[in-house]
Amino acid sequence: MTCEESRRFLTGYVDGELDLVHSLEIEDHLRGCAPCTDMVKRDRTLHSAMSLNNLKFAAPESLRRNVEAAVANAFPEEARSTKPTVMEFPRRERSWQWAFAAAAMFLFAVLAWKLVPQRQPVFDSASDEFVSNHIRSLLPGHLADVESTDQHTVKPWFNGKLDFSPPVQNFEAQGFPLIAGRLEYVDHKPAAALVYQRRKHYITEFVTNARGEKDAAETHSSQQGYNVIAWTRDSLHFWVVSDVNLTDLEDFAHLLRNEAPSQPSKQ
Amino acid sequence: MPHLDAAYNLARWLVRNPQDAEDLAQEAMLRAVRFFSGFRGGDPRSWLLTIVRHTCYSWLTRNRAAELAEAFDEEAHSATTSEASVNAAGSSQYYSSPEAQVIAQSEAGRLRRGLDSLPVVFREAVVLRELEGMSYKEIAEISGVSIGTVMSRIARGRERLREALGAPPPPLVVTEAPAKAAANKGPMP
Repeated sequence: MTCEESRRFLTGYVDGELDLVHSLEIEDHLRGCAPCTDMVKRDRTLHSAMSLNNLKFAAPESLRRNVEAAVANAFPEEARSTKPTVMEFPRRERSWQWAFAAAAMFLFAVLAWKLVPQRQPVFDSASDEFVSNHIRSLLPGHLADVESTDQHTVKPWFNGKLDFSPPVQNFEAQGFPLIAGRLEYVDHKPAAALVYQRRKHYITEFVTNARGEKDAAETHSSQQGYNVIAWTRDSLHFWVVSDVNLTDLEDFAHLLRNEAPSQPSKQ
Repeated sequence: MPHLDAAYNLARWLVRNPQDAEDLAQEAMLRAVRFFSGFRGGDPRSWLLTIVRHTCYSWLTRNRAAELAEAFDEEAHSATTSEASVNAAGSSQYYSSPEAQVIAQSEAGRLRRGLDSLPVVFREAVVLRELEGMSYKEIAEISGVSIGTVMSRIARGRERLREALGAPPPPLVVTEAPAKAAANKGPMP
């Protein structure tokens, strides 16, 4: 990232408004750029000066009284009943919520009905998406949200980001070092993506929740020169995608399958 | 009466005058109550502040059209200006640490005057971010602009604020009720 690019995002970085990928790129740039680091310091200094000095204006008492009186006038029965005021939106908000909930359930039912028949050959329909995702991740700077070879760093990083806990191991001894993890959204679900390396190649392992689905044996496919192996186990779907040769990828898949059961997955 | 402080605070910063701010905040609160059926869920404070902002901008258009036009005009040109200031910023003595100390030690009065001197669109973005602690997304919704615009307004606003603080306080008419200001900021050194 150049200075010019970084300047455009620095404010967002200071405010914690950037996505992880951009934040990491900025941090990377900051390590080697004193003027940009200075800009960050300046923004932080200003921010702390502004929060140390309370600059907010509190509503004057006269305004509070006037508004309360006016509201009581407009809604005599609500004002008399209890203290909770109109601005807390007691009843009406609830009715909106119910309307939304009903609409959402209807939509969900329709979608579920439409999607179920297509989802039977789940691996084939999705593997295209996984291959694309794997390729996109290889574009510069997109590989990792959390970069670490330590499974004890990568695994907790997923806490609270997914509704399941993906098994994470580092197979460095077997020639497949773990290098990073990131969050994805594939096959209409949030997914853990774990990146392993095999010599000069990258392997992406995707894990998604398969609650309520039976274990399924490995299926192989190949697209655009990338091999894909998929299986279902312990209520989790696994996909491994890479351009390494199929033998290596199968070895890797076997490693995962042998190790995975030791890690309990959340139902 | 939740969010009344937030409503008044925004109005106060947008029109920079206690009496008008009070009138406008009240008008906005009543509008919010009356048009509550337009509330589509989400954060009630954001929704209320959207109404406050709208009420204040209508007032500004009627009473201070020139100031409003100037602010938007300045924003339109700020792309090039901020580029220039970014480059000037590259020379390191511009960011010397004494300047940072000056800002850190600025008391509330100077910060207020500095913020008051900003064009309204930048002031609004900085106030919503720094004083109300809102996310870029919420600010974008309240101000009716893109998140990218919010980010550049905040960046530019902070830059302008620092310029204002680095220089001696500008000789502008401060329409601030001193008693109220003192009550809000608490004990100051």
